[in-house]
Amino acid sequence: MLAKRIIPCLDVKDGQTVKGTNFVNLRHAGDPVELGRAYSEQGADELVFLDITASHEGRKTFTDMVSRVAATVNIPFTVGGGIGELRDVDRLLNAGADKVSINSAALRRPELIDEITRHFGSQVCVVAIDAKMGYAANEADVAQWICYLNGGRIPTDRSLFDWAHEAQERGAGEILFTSMNHDGVKNGFANDALRRLSDTLSIPVIASGGAGSREHFRDTFLQGHSDAALAASVFHFGEIKIPELKKYLQAEGITVRI
Amino acid sequence: MKVAIVKYNAGNIYSVVHALRRLGVEPLLTDDPAELLSADKVLFPGQGEASQAMGYLRAHGLDQVIRSLKQPVLGICIGQQLLCRHSEEGNTDCLSIFPVDVRRFQPMRHEQKVPHMGWNGLELEISCDGAGQGLFQGLHNGDYVYFVHSYYVPVCEFTTAVTDYILPFSAALHKDNFYTTQFHPEKSGSVGEQILRNFLTLEQ
Repeated sequence: MLAKRIIPCLDVKDGQTVKGTNFVNLRHAGDPVELGRAYSEQGADELVFLDITASHEGRKTFTDMVSRVAATVNIPFTVGGGIGELRDVDRLLNAGADKVSINSAALRRPELIDEITRHFGSQVCVVAIDAKMGYAANEADVAQWICYLNGGRIPTDRSLFDWAHEAQERGAGEILFTSMNHDGVKNGFANDALRRLSDTLSIPVIASGGAGSREHFRDTFLQGHSDAALAASVFHFGEIKIPELKKYLQAEGITVRI
Repeated sequence: MKVAIVKYNAGNIYSVVHALRRLGVEPLLTDDPAELLSADKVLFPGQGEASQAMGYLRAHGLDQVIRSLKQPVLGICIGQQLLCRHSEEGNTDCLSIFPVDVRRFQPMRHEQKVPHMGWNGLELEISCDGAGQGLFQGLHNGDYVYFVHSYYVPVCEFTTAVTDYILPFSAALHKDNFYTTQFHPEKSGSVGEQILRNFLTLEQ
């Protein structure tokens, strides 16, 4: 049985993890490479590193970090943040990333997905979607899931489901859906929307936003039909430990890698 | 020990370089026939499309070189598929070390997504000729490894490990000095490291 995946996400700025961590036994908790290795040793199935640096120098630092992760970590990892063109993808894959995650740039210019998959294959192309349940400018009477640009700052007129399907048609290998309504609230994932995505797409769906307890992971796999679940702070602050989470999920009848 | 990696137009070869370095081995990435023929161990990894990969290997004479290798060879992912007779991907004639044909997954239910991507378990066929024990020494039935692929090798007389996704397929093959895995040992955590370590210690 294919295992459901648990994916810690690390935000990186100027080569350091941004959100604080209280990892015990780590001398450099701010070092994304060391943190990534610690997660890998705990049983994380994949890692995601998001570059939240804006500057050119920061990009260079991030690429160097990707090389160090590739040399150190023995599980697959995805990198994202600020990927705007094929050249960025080429640079990050060459540095050793297994997959890239694209977000705003794909919404602005969907052909980027075709270009990436044509050059490097579908399996490297994760399309990340930040969406919020709300009212589109042109259809103000019906609440729906609207996609946002620039880390959730700018609304678009695209619906989550339309965009996810277009991304799949263009060759995306996976959809990483973050519910802005659920992100940071720690009250569970957006399982209704996730289930609709997962049941209508033919590519894997990664749930993001809302993890607060181990039950939330169980629910997104059983009710949301998610293929993988991503979280940041519950792992970084040790509120949920990956070995215990996986034992719990296994006891709940979910296939996980232990 | 001289460990060579076949350099060709496939992707993801550097992960294998990194994985070997983590085991203390500095591999030589080369398309030079003399270097490949004289290596103690040869790895043939990569991700890519079968017809383009075979076209490149033929154009550079590497098809003949790979067929004539006598030292332990480890084909990974597309490497496993290219060592078979034929692939449905691009209707491609391959290297024919293993007289079996590579097929595309045909999902039968919606949740059977293609590509098969992620961690799945191994059932080790240690009874076939004992050879699987070499590559899989120290492993256990059910150990998880990382897969990314849309085409598969059916279970056959050369199968040394089976994984079930849509149907049981060959997660690993062995014949003479040729060993292959459909999964990526270089991305499969400590289980993958054990497999690579086992490969490096195989007798000539």
